[in-house]
Amino acid sequence: MDFYAEPAFFVLCIPIVLIAAFLGMRERPLGRYGLVVSIFMLFLLFFRSITSLVCAIAYVALSLTLYRWVRALFDRENPRAVPLYRVALALQIAPLALYKVGVLFTPDFPGFLGISYITFKAVQVLIEVRDGLIDDMSPLEYLAFLCFFPPFTSGPIMRSRAFVQDLRTPLSRDAYLERLYRGLGWFVLGALYKFVGSALAQWGMWMAPNAIGSAALGWIAQVFCFGIDLFFDFAGYSHMAMGLGLAMGIEVPANFHAPFVAKDIKEFWDRWHITLSTWLRDFVFMRFSQFAISRKLFASRLTTACVGFMVNMTLMGVWHGITADYIVYGLYHGVMLAGCHFLQKKWTFYKKHRRDRWFGIVSWLVTMVVVFFGFALFGGYVVSPLLGLGA
Amino acid sequence: MASIDQQIIDLVVEISGEDEAAEDLDMDLFEEDILDSMAAIELLVALKDNFGVSIAPTELEREEMNTVNKIIARVRERM
Repeated sequence: MDFYAEPAFFVLCIPIVLIAAFLGMRERPLGRYGLVVSIFMLFLLFFRSITSLVCAIAYVALSLTLYRWVRALFDRENPRAVPLYRVALALQIAPLALYKVGVLFTPDFPGFLGISYITFKAVQVLIEVRDGLIDDMSPLEYLAFLCFFPPFTSGPIMRSRAFVQDLRTPLSRDAYLERLYRGLGWFVLGALYKFVGSALAQWGMWMAPNAIGSAALGWIAQVFCFGIDLFFDFAGYSHMAMGLGLAMGIEVPANFHAPFVAKDIKEFWDRWHITLSTWLRDFVFMRFSQFAISRKLFASRLTTACVGFMVNMTLMGVWHGITADYIVYGLYHGVMLAGCHFLQKKWTFYKKHRRDRWFGIVSWLVTMVVVFFGFALFGGYVVSPLLGLGA
Repeated sequence: MASIDQQIIDLVVEISGEDEAAEDLDMDLFEEDILDSMAAIELLVALKDNFGVSIAPTELEREEMNTVNKIIARVRERM
C-alpha cells in the first residue's frame, strides 16, 4: 500500500488519527500507540513484496544491533571504541551504498522504499552516540524513531533527540489539540499541493512543448513546469507527512519554506528540502570542515568552505542515485554554493549593494535561473539527452 | 598568562578579524555578521586545540553560543 497515494492509505489515516486524538485529548502518552501503528503501517507498505519486507526487517534489525553495540562501546569506555565505531558506521551505510550500486546492474536489486531516509536517521544516531550526545535512548524508543511511519518513505528527516523528547514529554490536552489542528492544516495544504498543484504543473509539462512553437522556448517552459511540479509533489508529500506526524503528537520539522523567494542559492537550500540540507550540513559539511581546518589541509577558510560545499553537494547528488544526471546535479550545486560563498566574501560590489532593493531583485532572478536549471539537470533534461541516453 | 576569558575574547577577535567582537561581550556575533558558519567551525577547532574542550557540531543550539560571554560559559562548563 503506497503511502499518501492510494485511497486505502487515506482511509486508514482516519481511524489512526481518531484514536490518536482520543488518546491525546485524554492526555495519554502516544508513544506506544505510535510504535504499534507504525509497525502495522510499514507491514502494509511492504507486504506486496516479500523481498522488500525482508530487507526492511533486516535493516531495522541491523540498525538496532549496531546502535546497541556502539552504545555499549562508549558506555563501557572500551579502549577501541572509536575504530570499532567506524566499522559500525561503515556497516550502517553499506546496505544503501550496495543498493545504489546494485540498481545500476539490476533494477530489481533487493531494497525497500525509504532505505535512503532510514539510513540518514540511523547514521545520525551512531554519530551522536560517538559525540556523547545520546546516552539513554532505549531500544524501544530507537525503534519508534526509525519506524515512525509518516516520514518513513521520503522524510522529513527527523533527529532522534528531538523525537525522543517528544515521546517522553506528556502533552496537555491543549498542547495536543494545538498540534492536531496545525497538523490537519498542513495535511490539507499538502494534499492540495500534491493532487491539485502537481496535476496542474504536469498538465503544463505536457502542454508546453506542443503549444509553444520554438523548441528552445518549449524546453524552457517544460523545465519550468517540471520544477513547479517537483515542488508541489515533494512539498505536498512533506506537508502531509508533517501533518500526520503532528496529529500523532510528534513535532515533525518542515521541509519547505517558500523556496522560490530565495535571494541566493545558500538561502535556497535553507528553504528547499530543509531537513536534507541541515542533515548534510551537520553531519558532512561541518565535520569535513572541522577535519580540514584542524589538519590545515587548505590555504584558507574560504577554500575549505568551497571544497566543503563541493563534497557536501556531490554526496547529495550521488545519494539520489549513481547516474550521470544526479552526479552532475550534485556537482552543479556544489559549484553554485562555492561560487556564491566566494562572491559573498570577496566581491566588493556585493558587500556595497547587498541591502539595496534592486540588487535583491536581480539576485533573486539570477537565483531562480540557477535553481530551475538545477531542476533541469535533476529531471534528466540536460545531461541524459546530451549523452544520448534514454529518459 | 591571560585568563581564560581573555584568551577566548582574543580567539574570537582573531578568527573573525573584527576588533568589535571584544567591545560588547553580549552582542549576537552571527546577527552582526562577525561570525558565520565557517568561523563557528574554526572556533570549535580552536577551543579543542587551546582548552581541550570538545563540542560536537550538533551539541548546542546556535543561541547557546552566539555571544562571547556564552562561548566563555560553554567552555567553562566543560573544563
